[in-house]
Amino acid sequence: MRVKGREISKGSAEGEAMVSADAISFFGGVDPKTGIIVDKGHPLEGKCVAGKVLVFPRGKGSTVGSYVLLQLKKNNRAPVAIINEEAEPIIAVGAIIARIPMVDKLEGNSYAKIKDGMRVAVDGTNGTAELKE
Amino acid sequence: MELTSEQQLMLNGERGEAARQSMEILSALGKIYGAADMVPITSAQVAGVSYKTIGDAGLEYLQDFAAAGARVRIPTFLNPAGMDREQWQTLKVPAAFAKKQLEILSAFSKMGISSTCTCTPYLVGIRPKLGEHIAWSESSAISFANSVLGARTNREGGPSALAAAVCGFTPNYGLHLDENRVANLLVKVEVPLKGTSDFGAMGAYIGEAAKGKVPAFTGVKAASEDRLKSLGASMAAWGSAAIYFMKGITPEWNVAQGAEEITFGARELSAMREKMGGAGKSDIIAIGCPHASLQEIEEVAARVKGKKLKTKLWVCTARKTKEAADKAGFTREIEQAGGNVVADTCMVVCPLEEMGITHAACNSGKAAKYLTNMFKKKVVYGDVEDIVCE
Repeated sequence: MRVKGREISKGSAEGEAMVSADAISFFGGVDPKTGIIVDKGHPLEGKCVAGKVLVFPRGKGSTVGSYVLLQLKKNNRAPVAIINEEAEPIIAVGAIIARIPMVDKLEGNSYAKIKDGMRVAVDGTNGTAELKE
Repeated sequence: MELTSEQQLMLNGERGEAARQSMEILSALGKIYGAADMVPITSAQVAGVSYKTIGDAGLEYLQDFAAAGARVRIPTFLNPAGMDREQWQTLKVPAAFAKKQLEILSAFSKMGISSTCTCTPYLVGIRPKLGEHIAWSESSAISFANSVLGARTNREGGPSALAAAVCGFTPNYGLHLDENRVANLLVKVEVPLKGTSDFGAMGAYIGEAAKGKVPAFTGVKAASEDRLKSLGASMAAWGSAAIYFMKGITPEWNVAQGAEEITFGARELSAMREKMGGAGKSDIIAIGCPHASLQEIEEVAARVKGKKLKTKLWVCTARKTKEAADKAGFTREIEQAGGNVVADTCMVVCPLEEMGITHAACNSGKAAKYLTNMFKKKVVYGDVEDIVCE
């Protein structure tokens, strides 16, 4: 199923979805060297974002989080693509400078349909996401 | 969003990689906030300068961006850095930190950005006029520019201000538009405000109470620019107010029909001061948040002249203001008492903890907020005459 969203950061990639019910703070919340979520008490604490299509409501915390996305990318520990329920500047800017494809505001209730482990293809240039299973 | 043909060329990468990336950032932000188009700006102020704030992640980004050919098109200057570029050794800033900080400043300088590192650009000749569009990113400078000068800026982040500087424009939304420069919280001030610290305390109280609303104050008879800068800084630090109005004082005064009304009286003032200030002996007296004006430096110099201070004293300011203080002899008077006039940096962004400092005294509501978080201990809060003793 291919659904329309908004294009936030260009490029396309496909991978396994990792879904977070909570917002993510990359600064202090994700280790830039390992890609592991270290935010105490976060539903994804201990999980690694590397190579995943990271699906979460929005970013939060320090604006330095944008730079952490770039560091993850340089260390080959970044998510391959990002889907937000609704983008805010920290994640949008981070995805752009790290060249991670990103879309938000998927049509209808498609966002809620993405489940952990589902294969998802994100096209940030045309603003679409394809939910494959 | 409506783009001009030049903006479209930038977005397509025909004006280089740095312009393309900047344009992508600006159009994404425009999309997020529903901007109709871009608006040309006359200056930009880039935050995220201190190595303490941005770390290796930020340093690498700035170096990459400079290497990608990023060059600013409009006058652009910096927020305070993590140290005084000239006195860092005297002030005992760790050498490893200094090395990284200098690398950050060098990346900015490659992009053609002025090395003016201050939160008070309006005190050193960068004073946008009423209605002028700008892209600034230090919260107290944003408040002063919007409120006291009537210029127009949103709260930019480091990368978005940098992108705006490279492109020369910013997405036209938020405080760039008349419809959003309207107060919806009317604050009746019913207590005389004595010094800078009272203005800081009122800022802290209203910052917390406003919860995203735009405040408009009545009942303040007079307020110098120094006090307004303290008020705005404190409101932005304790809340998120990026603009306020003050009857008879700020150039704009727009209040929505049916705005919520609250009172700020003697009771609120003393409760807030109680909440902000702790007791005990501090090991640094920090003045100059936002950066001290020449007059504020003169006030400290007059207070300490001929004395020997037992506590470390820092008066933080812009380099140009320090040069004026050097000339006027204020710096020497402060140094002879054992204090320092510190440029380019401030107590909030320099690595005080690494320098063995654990408890501060200050006259700024904004510094009170951040230093309390940093030291996990309430600051000693008061005006210069209360906190600078022998």
